Amino acid sequence: MTEIGGIIQNRFGDNLAFTTVDNVVNWARKSSLWPMTFGLACCAIEMMATGGTRYDWNRFGMIPRGTPRQSDLMIVAGTVTLKMATRLKRLYEQMPEPKYVISMGSCANNGGPYWKHGYHVLKGVDEVVPVDVYVPGCPPRPEALLYGVMKLQEKIQEDRVLRRRGETLGSLAGASMAPEASK
Amino acid sequence: MDASSIHGRLKDRFGEKIVAFQSETLQPWAVVAPDAIADVAAFAKSDPALAFDNLLCLSAVDYPKEDPPRMEVVYHLFSYEHRHVFVLKVHVPREGAHVPTVEGTWAVANWHEREAYDLFGIVFDGHSDLRRILLPDDWIGHPLRKDWVDPDFYNGMHVKPTQQMAERAMAGEKIGVGPFDFTPPNRHVEE
Repeated sequence: MTEIGGIIQNRFGDNLAFTTVDNVVNWARKSSLWPMTFGLACCAIEMMATGGTRYDWNRFGMIPRGTPRQSDLMIVAGTVTLKMATRLKRLYEQMPEPKYVISMGSCANNGGPYWKHGYHVLKGVDEVVPVDVYVPGCPPRPEALLYGVMKLQEKIQEDRVLRRRGETLGSLAGASMAPEASK
Repeated sequence: MDASSIHGRLKDRFGEKIVAFQSETLQPWAVVAPDAIADVAAFAKSDPALAFDNLLCLSAVDYPKEDPPRMEVVYHLFSYEHRHVFVLKVHVPREGAHVPTVEGTWAVANWHEREAYDLFGIVFDGHSDLRRILLPDDWIGHPLRKDWVDPDFYNGMHVKPTQQMAERAMAGEKIGVGPFDFTPPNRHVEE
């Protein structure tokens, strides 16, 4: 244990820091949001730009993962067709908890330009998975997506780990489609 | 070869099976009888003077207001050797349409014919694998037909948005942070 922190070793006296478990856990969760590598349409181009060097979401501790099993965050970037929606739901169910969803762009929010005449498009990804943050835009600029990520971080910081508030982020996720899950 | 000579060559070979010809359009076309299209396709590819070795596109069109109402299968042909193009059309009835496949002549027709079947319901006789290609396997109907009407639901998901969904979107509920207490809008659909 004495190996920790070569730089700060012996620089400070012995200290005790007081905080809440919620605070520490939420801080850890929000600072290492690992998104799933998952793009559906043109919004994914902006999402990739957000991951590139100029906007650099690594600053937020976001490392894209190639599998839902290692992911905390699903960014639904693009048009969700009805055929894809079933796959999307399965991917969401394969993610371990706690898990979060950002709906990126008009198509994922409510169908966007396919609202009226898109026989094949899901009218909002929140019909199949619970959405934490909706980012408007067609497509949203990388700044907008980063703002959405920061909003999600704020939301995570408010979460209660030890005391559930009704249906919180974690518990509602698995059974959200089942009618009996809602109170 | 120009369009008239291409048509002439086909007409010499197949006679009455070449039903109509239009040369005044940007892409000249000929109408072929449905039962002859496979033979015409094979000839158009194998004949050295025509040598249509490339099927650029196979598509379908729905004309419900024509008399009689019909659908058309359209074949865009191109020859790399002679650098000429030609369009073949086949008229089929809107209900129970059957067309012989040209998959044996141009293998690319496999996917194109599956697409035409998927979206228009045209059956291609002799096709090796006539399944839906774009839509889910359990989809009902053929959406690019003009008489298509959106169903209310597909597997519990809204296809037609409801007034309630529109009001929710207009109220700005789909911008920013979503609710903690989440209820999917289609929850009532699940049994």
